[in-house]
Amino acid sequence: MAEKPRIGVFVCHCGLNIAGVIDVKKVAEEAKKIPGVVFSTTYVYMCSEPGQQLVIDSIKKYKLNGVVVANCSPTLHERTFRNAAARAGLNPYRVEIANIREQVAWPHEHEPEIATKKAIRIVKATVERVKNNMAYVPYEISVNKKALVIGGGIAGIQASLDIAEAGYEVYLVEKSPSIGGKMILLSETFPTLDCPQCIETPKMTDVSQNPRIHLMTYSEVESVSGYMGNFKVKVRRKARYVDVDNCLGCGACVEACPVKNIPSEVDRGLTNRRAIYISFDQAVPLVPVIDADHCIKLTYEKKVAEGKIKRRSKPGTVKICEKCQDACEPKVINFKDTDKIEEIEVGAIIVATGFDLMPMEKLPEYGGGKIPDVIDALAFERLLAPSGPTHGVPKRPSDGKIPKTVVFVSCAGSRDPAHGVAYCSRICCMYLAKQAMLYKHAVPDGMAYNFYIDIRSNGKGYEEFVQRVREQRDLIYLRGKVSKIFQRGDKVVVWGADTLTGQKIEIEADLVVLSNAMVPSEGAKELAQKLRIPQDEYGWFNGAHLKLRPLETVTAGIFIAGAAQFPKDITDTVSQASGAAAKVISMFAKPKLTKEPLIANVDTEICAGCGICKEQCAYGAITIDPKKKVSVVNEALCEGCGACAAVCPSGAMQLRNLNSKQVIRMVEVLTEDY
Amino acid sequence: MGEFEPKIVGFFCNWCTSSAADLAGTSRLEYPANIRPIRVPCSGTVDPVYLLRALREGADGVMIGGCHPGDCHYITGNLKARRRVKIVKTILESLGLPHERVLLAWISGAEGAKFQRVVTEFTNKLKEMGPADLSKKWQ
Ligand code: FES
Repeated sequence: MAEKPRIGVFVCHCGLNIAGVIDVKKVAEEAKKIPGVVFSTTYVYMCSEPGQQLVIDSIKKYKLNGVVVANCSPTLHERTFRNAAARAGLNPYRVEIANIREQVAWPHEHEPEIATKKAIRIVKATVERVKNNMAYVPYEISVNKKALVIGGGIAGIQASLDIAEAGYEVYLVEKSPSIGGKMILLSETFPTLDCPQCIETPKMTDVSQNPRIHLMTYSEVESVSGYMGNFKVKVRRKARYVDVDNCLGCGACVEACPVKNIPSEVDRGLTNRRAIYISFDQAVPLVPVIDADHCIKLTYEKKVAEGKIKRRSKPGTVKICEKCQDACEPKVINFKDTDKIEEIEVGAIIVATGFDLMPMEKLPEYGGGKIPDVIDALAFERLLAPSGPTHGVPKRPSDGKIPKTVVFVSCAGSRDPAHGVAYCSRICCMYLAKQAMLYKHAVPDGMAYNFYIDIRSNGKGYEEFVQRVREQRDLIYLRGKVSKIFQRGDKVVVWGADTLTGQKIEIEADLVVLSNAMVPSEGAKELAQKLRIPQDEYGWFNGAHLKLRPLETVTAGIFIAGAAQFPKDITDTVSQASGAAAKVISMFAKPKLTKEPLIANVDTEICAGCGICKEQCAYGAITIDPKKKVSVVNEALCEGCGACAAVCPSGAMQLRNLNSKQVIRMVEVLTEDY
Repeated sequence: MGEFEPKIVGFFCNWCTSSAADLAGTSRLEYPANIRPIRVPCSGTVDPVYLLRALREGADGVMIGGCHPGDCHYITGNLKARRRVKIVKTILESLGLPHERVLLAWISGAEGAKFQRVVTEFTNKLKEMGPADLSKKWQ
């Protein structure tokens, strides 16, 4: 405050909540003695209409340039009194709250004398702070009304469709060649037994046909800069070697490819694919991609380029395979394709990168991936899927026989801190019940065992579904954990315990299905760093508040949806995706966004450009001006945490309205005797 | 003169520990009035100088309260605070002053009872330790 302080102190009785403990009159009297305080009073309910009016009238009457309200927690009424001040023509940032209810009257209700003294100290400290509070106005930020959705599973698809439906453009970035995510790989979905081909493919088609959705498959987010409303994103469009816009999706190239032995990602290695391939029949876009690591032509060219081999003939005279290109009618295959970086500008980002299953190698007690007939649940989904490699009748990987005894193992890694996963993966109980049921449909004379610890079936129609499954013949639920799985002859032996009967159990199975723990998808960590959003100890993305702000991250303008946040079923994923989309839409519906002005500020007269502050900033909001050699704070990026100011050796960097001078004055006052 | 009543300055982050203090109050959990709170945006806001200054001004103890690691509203502010407090403690030690007079605690907004417990224990401990008298020693 440049002018002489004229501060008003308003002490609230809060009925008897404060006044029943604290001598509020005394507080007001003591406040009046502080140099710079020109007016002080008490009132029974300061937050009421007449209370606020009292503040407003006093500001005008006494020409106050600072206000301290001694009342309840600032989380409750800071805004109330800042707005009241604004109505009286006083800058709202010249108002501060002294919390004498939650932090004085209530916890010290049996020590009224001490409480009164403590309240006086706190009021004095707050007055000292307000003396140096400056006037600020909130920032206005314009919004680029386009969204980026990262991840093309059901969460990303739903969010994109909702945003596009509201009239805004969306970039949907998916790292694999097709959208559809994990859902499209499933056989049927619990508890309704809808097939994803029936319920998800229409949405996938909607995405590809919506003119407002720019689909970027086989692409990855390379870097993100900017801030809420104005992000700049670089997207790596990986070389596909096939022209997406002109390919007809006939598949002739795939048929022609002689490389046939690459384990299929989609079928989780149960089948092989070619070097040029279409992920699955309903892929969107229905366009193949060449796997450059296995294509004869591309690996040859790469070796030549790296000087590892010499070209056998003049370029263009002898064909190096190139069979796909020969087979391609519309001539859309281009071996010279390269990765391209595309830059897009968006106002909001939704992260919907989903999950992966814990790799088999992490489960050595269950064979560690070395026993061919021990598979994960997603692989079994493929075996049950009518569109899968065995057309819905499961055949075991080792010898192609139909398994007559199948053991399902719950909590393979989940709820097991020894595996680093203390949480419950939430959907395994349900999908294992479904898989057991579908298996029994496909192999009616088969025998199914389901080892479980607890059955968790808390969704609409879930418990009824599980009960239905448990009533099936030759489908046995065993309560207990599986301790060991190993190969014996052509059987897989499962050792476990039935904790209900206290018996040890050994089952000779033909096939074992593990419900591997769900873990954050590969690359989640790198993405978190690029976006500057926090993850929990396991790597799931954190919402700003677990209960009340689950869709927003702490970085304004970035939202999360689906299993990227934590394991969840399709119902919850879709709900959350629509929720995140609604957040984006409501952000886009405003003409301008406003942002708190209480951020870090550099005194360029003092700053020597040492850059220590820059290192401390979690938001990348600080840069060093190369010419002037001083720190520059990006107002839109700075969140006002003050981590930079705390380390500035010269004191050039300060937090607005909580600068070191203010804090030290408060410390001085607070350390005076009661 | 009655029992020695230590003066304690508390820097509480807005998002967790200050809410915890509010919750303790709302739940009528009583604790000694020795703590004198300053609400800051984040535990990472606290300049080490503030801690030393409080001791110099006559505080017998200083406390920083922040969100649990991983929960900081500003992503990593509390980790920065942890490092800085460690440094301050080392400095105090090397000056022959007990580092126990500086306390860093993670108290989430849900932990009103923990707030009560930590503040009570810290106050009792400082009572046992007796006056710091650093304001005199550092004259
Ligand atoms: S916001 Fe609580 S420690 Fe950073």
